[in-house]
Amino acid sequence: MPKEDAIEVQGTILEPLPNAMFRVALENGHRILAHISGKMRMHYIKILPGDKVTVELSPYDLTRGRITYRFSK
Amino acid sequence: MSVMIILKTPQEIAVIERASRVVALAIAFLREQVKPGVTTADLDRLAEEFITREGAIPAFKGYRGYPATLCTSVNEEVVHGIPSSRRRLEEGDIIGIDVGAIVEGFYGDAAVTLPVGRVSEEAARLLRVTEAALDAGLAQVRAGNRLSDISHAVQTVAEDAGYSVVTDFVGHGIGRNLHEDPQVPNFGKPGEGPRLKEGLVLAIEPMVNIGGHEVEVLSDRWTVVTRDKSLSAHFEHTIAITPDGPKVLTRAA
Repeated sequence: MPKEDAIEVQGTILEPLPNAMFRVALENGHRILAHISGKMRMHYIKILPGDKVTVELSPYDLTRGRITYRFSK
Repeated sequence: MSVMIILKTPQEIAVIERASRVVALAIAFLREQVKPGVTTADLDRLAEEFITREGAIPAFKGYRGYPATLCTSVNEEVVHGIPSSRRRLEEGDIIGIDVGAIVEGFYGDAAVTLPVGRVSEEAARLLRVTEAALDAGLAQVRAGNRLSDISHAVQTVAEDAGYSVVTDFVGHGIGRNLHEDPQVPNFGKPGEGPRLKEGLVLAIEPMVNIGGHEVEVLSDRWTVVTRDKSLSAHFEHTIAITPDGPKVLTRAA
């Protein structure tokens, strides 16, 4: 079958790390390392521990992701 | 889109096994039909008759508008070649045959790449390596391993032989749908992705090119070919983790 590129999953921010990286707990229980998307950086969207976010995973490396959305509380 | 893996009960796996058996028998039958002079449309018609006679439904026909029972991919064609009465097999060709069948709503899916008559040593080696890559991937399917252990094993065998794996197409979960989560890439680091567990059913399908990994889709919007026109092979099995351990369902016993 054709590869479908990004896999989107929901997660919760556990802790902020240097370089706009975050440790994120996914709904499926996995813990991954995620950076925030360029657009979110441009618009200076703040992300704090406990925030619910959408993470895009690459099938190439399922331990790293890209945060594309922060849900408003 | 989130990843949702649907695990199957032993009863469901038993039905997938019946669909897979039809696929295995069809492939065993088609092996005998592949020879110089036969067209890929001939093979398609024989396959459709065979699958229907076994009480199953061809899985690919009508899938997203696909027009045939088989995918027949000759030489530099990687996957999804559409059978044609104008495509006559010649001595020295290699042909990938991909078959899917539906029994009681469940799918089985497998593929082989076969030599047409006598083929070059280069082509024969590609077939051996690609099948070995599939076997290495299948050997990683056991409870407790992770998904990318399969990917890594496939990639290692192919690349150690000096070939490249296609990255634009991947294996997949299978069940009530032909394609389900998870995607099973034929490349990647080991030890990543979801853990494999009982009830998981996967179609693992390495596509290996003698040249580079880049592929293109032809104007028929289905046929995938290697960009450098190098030979490509494709092998596939459906495998389940049953309560008694992993079992390849599309192997004709």
